[in-house]
Amino acid sequence: MGHKVSSLGKTYLTLGFIFLYLPIFILIIFSFNESKLVTVWGGFSTKWYGELLNDKQMLGAAWMSFKIAFLAASIAVVLGALASIVMVRTGQFKGKAAFASMITAPLVMPEVITGLSLLLLFVAMAQTIGWPAGRGMLTILIAHVTFCTAFVTVVVSSRLREMDVSLEEAARDLGAPPWKVFFLVTLPIIAPALISGWLLAFTLSLDDLVIASFVSGPGSTTLPMVVYSSVRLGLSPKINALATIIVLLATTGVLTAWWLARRVESKSIKRPTGDS
Amino acid sequence: MSWGRRSVIGVPYLWLTLFFFVPFVIVFKISFSEMDYAIPPYTNLLTWADEQLTLSLNFGNYTYLFTDDLYIRAYLSSIRIAGIATIICLLVAYPIAYVIARAPAATRNALLMLVILPSWTSFLIRIYAWVGILKNNGLINNFLMWLGIIDQPIAMLNTEFAVYVGIVYAYLPFMVLPLYTNLMKLDNSLLEAAADLGAPPWKVFMSVTLPLSKAGMIAGSMLVFIPSVGEFIIPDMLGGAETLMIGKVLWQEFFNNRDWPVASAVAIVMLLLLLLPISLFHRYQTRELES
Repeated sequence: MGHKVSSLGKTYLTLGFIFLYLPIFILIIFSFNESKLVTVWGGFSTKWYGELLNDKQMLGAAWMSFKIAFLAASIAVVLGALASIVMVRTGQFKGKAAFASMITAPLVMPEVITGLSLLLLFVAMAQTIGWPAGRGMLTILIAHVTFCTAFVTVVVSSRLREMDVSLEEAARDLGAPPWKVFFLVTLPIIAPALISGWLLAFTLSLDDLVIASFVSGPGSTTLPMVVYSSVRLGLSPKINALATIIVLLATTGVLTAWWLARRVESKSIKRPTGDS
Repeated sequence: MSWGRRSVIGVPYLWLTLFFFVPFVIVFKISFSEMDYAIPPYTNLLTWADEQLTLSLNFGNYTYLFTDDLYIRAYLSSIRIAGIATIICLLVAYPIAYVIARAPAATRNALLMLVILPSWTSFLIRIYAWVGILKNNGLINNFLMWLGIIDQPIAMLNTEFAVYVGIVYAYLPFMVLPLYTNLMKLDNSLLEAAADLGAPPWKVFMSVTLPLSKAGMIAGSMLVFIPSVGEFIIPDMLGGAETLMIGKVLWQEFFNNRDWPVASAVAIVMLLLLLLPISLFHRYQTRELES
């Protein structure tokens, strides 16, 4: 497309960004509010951060969420990479259409349906084969891996599709076995997509309230579940403080990953531009 | 098929079948059972007694959904709210995607990053932010009263309006992204040809750009519409008691009434209603994945 941005376009974009960012900035500002009222300014204070750090339940839940998100993202990246290879490289096979719909449907499936259906599966499995014995971290992990895999697949397969196939062919022609072609040629090229896929899965898992509420059990409360139950009781500056920390971590994480991915990108071999 | 190829296909295939497809079969099954005061709280479809195997299918959950008008109203209003919110989202997102796609290559990535960045922070907390902005003694009302424009707060929180704001706010990046991808693929020479043939800019837009971005509009709309229909957090936190949405009904049926069979029937009917939009989205997505 062209390379002119009219002043009208700039104004519209600015308004769009104000809409997207103003609520987040307001949250951050009021996290430093002395007053307990979330919408009336009562002077500067960092006391809510202190209270947050002393909230054992909140910290425990945050640790639980972090562990689940880390594991879920790591497993989902492996499954998602495999699924991308299936989608992009394996050609036709019996059941591919069904496979493709199991990749796209989780992207849009309402969370209440996914949550309920997984819970009923876990209950039925516990009844018939006795596993998983109870609901908790493991069941949340399985649920998160499942929907995260779909998102990772979208990210990784678009990278895989853009990749120059002749590199793989050259390696194969030179006698490299498939696993070697994958680890030495394909993997380095799709690495940036794997990183962004991992980050996306990590955030999606960290963020999930609805599915985790269905499949969790006693003793496996995640951070969004604690936030939700505290928000139900009313607005609290402590949640604002938590929000500020999340925004800070997410921003640094995403920007670092973005920067790293761009560096990797500029180093990796580029295919000649042309067809797409 | 080689062993390697078989396991590359097999591992994700088995995982998704077991944890994505099979659960729906079980939901379908349980929607035909009856609530029971037991663990788990539903009756078995197959029972074995007196050397007789009995299959009892209970259609009561479905007839109940269609006799109590709460459910029908909830389905209809979910579709209406999600539909209107999707249209607003499209109207807000299209110009954003358009301007970004036309921006110089160097700034394009940064602008896109700015659109996506908020979705990397917590969904729940971003919706929570709007509670403080929209409530009666919230920021908008305080500001308007301070200006003297109004002397009574306008009720915004716990209305349908707040739900629209929430959906548009939370799902905007999901609309911008496919639109942007679509607009980026647009062949510049087509636009130039139209302009060279004397078409004014608005006409170039209406007769070239807009029709060619149809795929992006459909994908974006489905990405917003389908999850919105079953949305729970937004109607729960912003919609109040008066906004009826089916995701919230299912949640209450499950967590408050503990009626798993009715909750399952609610889920199955919702899934049937979404089947067409989901297959529309799927068609676009496989074209993207395989092209």
